Amino acid sequence: MKYLLIPLMCLLPFFANAGEATDMAADPILEKRMIVLAEKLRCLVCQNESLASSHSGLAEDLRREVREQMQKGMNDQEIIDYLVSRYGDFVLFDPPVKKTTWVLWYGPFALLLIGLGVLVYQLRKRKNLIAEAELSAEETQRAAELLNETAELPNQPNGHGGGHVRSLSPTSPPEGESGDVSLRDVRVKEPRA
Amino acid sequence: MARFILPFVIFMIVAAFLFVGLGLNPRELPSPLIDKPAPEFTLPQLYAPDKQLSLQDMKGKVWLLNVWASWCTACEQEHPLFMDLSRRNIVPIYGMDYKDKPEDGKAWLRRHGNPYTLIVSDAEGRVGIDYGVYGVPETFLIDKQGIIRYKHIGVVKKSDLDEKILPMVKELQAK
Repeated sequence: MKYLLIPLMCLLPFFANAGEATDMAADPILEKRMIVLAEKLRCLVCQNESLASSHSGLAEDLRREVREQMQKGMNDQEIIDYLVSRYGDFVLFDPPVKKTTWVLWYGPFALLLIGLGVLVYQLRKRKNLIAEAELSAEETQRAAELLNETAELPNQPNGHGGGHVRSLSPTSPPEGESGDVSLRDVRVKEPRA
Repeated sequence: MARFILPFVIFMIVAAFLFVGLGLNPRELPSPLIDKPAPEFTLPQLYAPDKQLSLQDMKGKVWLLNVWASWCTACEQEHPLFMDLSRRNIVPIYGMDYKDKPEDGKAWLRRHGNPYTLIVSDAEGRVGIDYGVYGVPETFLIDKQGIIRYKHIGVVKKSDLDEKILPMVKELQAK
């Protein structure tokens, strides 16, 4: 019995065909035009469904209204104007550009501009930091000497001038064993770092 | 310190927007009909289907138009308030039985009482569309010139009546 039910249940989806809500007019061309228009309109009672796909009673009435107005020879814009005059801009899925919707239409672009501004500002700031850290030829030489010194004598404490090593490249910490060692030593001997 | 303040300020702004935005009722839409002439209508009366009532008959009166139906459960909540208001004789209340069978509407009024000066029957909901009705009950306040001055969507509460509707009625009647 149980095994008989399984194939039967597999058949169930065939009975569940959903589609656009149908209440057809006799004229299929007009019906098509009505559906195209109704897809641009919001059903008022079901929050985010189009007038074309809603099964609510009000949506059916509004489709009937649209259909009748089309039969009377009104064009799409006239019908939209009629509905907006009754229900407000809410019936439109595409809200018109006007003072009250400026934030909606232009807000994202304003946020994008602000974001770009912050990005440019931050990048400039970083560039300045790097430029400040450039060493004179003399300093570079001294730093190189100190590095060589510690590389040769890794276990000997390195008392003076170790702090300069850090300023070689402030954005990335000194790499390699020698740099690490000298830094650690500096920290031990000179707590100002 | 600044690196903590800035994200906090941004968070507070977002939180404020969410607080207000999520508190709004998405069903309450601003009506474009406020301060516009009420759409014309001619509808049969519920208790005398051979007689009609049209907007023209209402000129010179300040009146309330209450859209209701027997299938509308929320209408039962506001109904006692209208019963009380009709006894006080401040403003005439006209009913519009919206998308309803006349016999059902009449049965409902027998059960709950009839506060209406007169009731028209909009069985197919066509006048409802003209008035931008989308959620029953809805109540319109229309002035002597036939201009819609106020629209209330959903159940009218006592505070709505006392604080908004009745003061506006008095003001409009004095004009």
